[in-house]
Amino acid sequence: MAKISRRHFTAGLGVSAALGSLTLNGKAPFAATGKAQVVVVGGGFGGATAAKYLKRFNPKISVVLVEPSSQYATCPFSNTVIGGINKMDYITHNYDALKKMGVTVVHDLVTHIDGAKKSVKLAKGGDISFERCIVSPGIDFRWDKISGLDASTANIIPHAWKAGPQTILLRNQLAAMPDGGTFLMSPPLNPFRCPPGPGERVSLVANYFKKHKPKSKILVLDPKPKFSKQGLFKEGWAKLYPGMIEYHHTSDDGIVVRADAKAKKLFTEFGEYKGDVINFIPAQKAGKIAQTSGLTNKSGWCPVNQLTFESKLMPGVHVIGDASVASPMPKSGFSASAQAKVCAAAVSNLLQGQSPGTPKFVNTCYSLVAENYGISVAMVYGFANGKIIKMKGSGGLSPSGANAEYRSKEADYSRGWYASISQDIWG
Amino acid sequence: MITQNKILLAGMVIVGIAYVYQPANAETASAAVLANTCYSCHGTNGKSVGDMPTIAGKTKNFIVDKLKAFKSGAKSSTVMMRITKGFSDSELDAISGIIANK
Repeated sequence: MAKISRRHFTAGLGVSAALGSLTLNGKAPFAATGKAQVVVVGGGFGGATAAKYLKRFNPKISVVLVEPSSQYATCPFSNTVIGGINKMDYITHNYDALKKMGVTVVHDLVTHIDGAKKSVKLAKGGDISFERCIVSPGIDFRWDKISGLDASTANIIPHAWKAGPQTILLRNQLAAMPDGGTFLMSPPLNPFRCPPGPGERVSLVANYFKKHKPKSKILVLDPKPKFSKQGLFKEGWAKLYPGMIEYHHTSDDGIVVRADAKAKKLFTEFGEYKGDVINFIPAQKAGKIAQTSGLTNKSGWCPVNQLTFESKLMPGVHVIGDASVASPMPKSGFSASAQAKVCAAAVSNLLQGQSPGTPKFVNTCYSLVAENYGISVAMVYGFANGKIIKMKGSGGLSPSGANAEYRSKEADYSRGWYASISQDIWG
Repeated sequence: MITQNKILLAGMVIVGIAYVYQPANAETASAAVLANTCYSCHGTNGKSVGDMPTIAGKTKNFIVDKLKAFKSGAKSSTVMMRITKGFSDSELDAISGIIANK
């Protein structure tokens, strides 16, 4: 493991002279060892935005983005793939634009973040040291909360709550399901990634069934008493998919306690339910690297200073996105990207010995109930007394009972939002 | 609300002073950070690539008038009336100034 035998790269323009200025020469190094002002861990909505906006705030900052995959599939709009509307390429992005902006992209996995030494360790070997680190690790699953399921059964009962092969698996299972079958779904307890996501998934599977398998049913076992945009979703379901969806909440036996993957059954406190296709979305916690590096507290999530997103447990390391405790903001891709912009501004200022600015955030979550039927929930967030706050009078839901033109417009805006945010982050 | 605005203004003043010392081509917090919130829907620098309206290339007056009309309800919208209500008039003014210069 002698570092001297490995090819080094220099991530910085000014900071790397001490390392001897060996540069990446087209080939990926076997082991990346180097130094950057900012190391960004994870190339999703949070991490990729942070890398891009650091460069926009100050192109002189050396930024290394470490992300295992060369392509990234987004959870937003993955329900359209599951519902047969779009193909995977619609939700898949790469890092070419970030590289063009001068971000050094290393396709490797960070196995440890050392806050004291200010460096990250890479799976293929080597370390990268940093002045500040921005971690956007996404989520991991709490398999301990459900008996009979774990990561290995996800190839029979997919969660499809991280986009990629799981999205394709669930899509293929639904495509292979005979007409008249039952799609059995169980959303997780709060807090979890993308609160309106399960409702949208139910909608777009129903949309697929209506067109191709009209005798099929959807049965939802939800451990929660209510869910995001519930009124709007149920209004849309009654209108577009009457009689197709049966939704159980906490009080009518919605709590799944056990599963049998081979028998394709979910067991609640009082009953058992069989599905031809089952989608079980487990309870969640911060992504693995946050757990193993000591960035999480007892809750399983990462406490941060909500002004800068600097970890309360590890100075110099910032955590953004789903993994961070940024309540009252929801865990959404939009939130992660908004937090990344604020965090990048703060980090850019802090690196120059300046105070971070006062943040303001917007989050809008669009959901498709059908191709031409969109609904949304929005909120503007400010900062007061050390905390992120909802701006009074702002935000809220699409109106109930709106006409078809309104719903159709919001469906167009939903696609428009996805095109724009994808461009704003990876384009 | 009064305390909130005071804190916000205090923050903006600090950042405003810091801005003077930024490298010439660098964006920094405050107005620029506020304008960054627009780009998640309207594209980087307000240049939309999809069904969202492009907001780049318009004059400051045009943008600020639209934003204030969304906020008051004078102009109908789906989501902009919900979003503009989260910003003060001076913030909408600052955002419009940034977008107009893109």
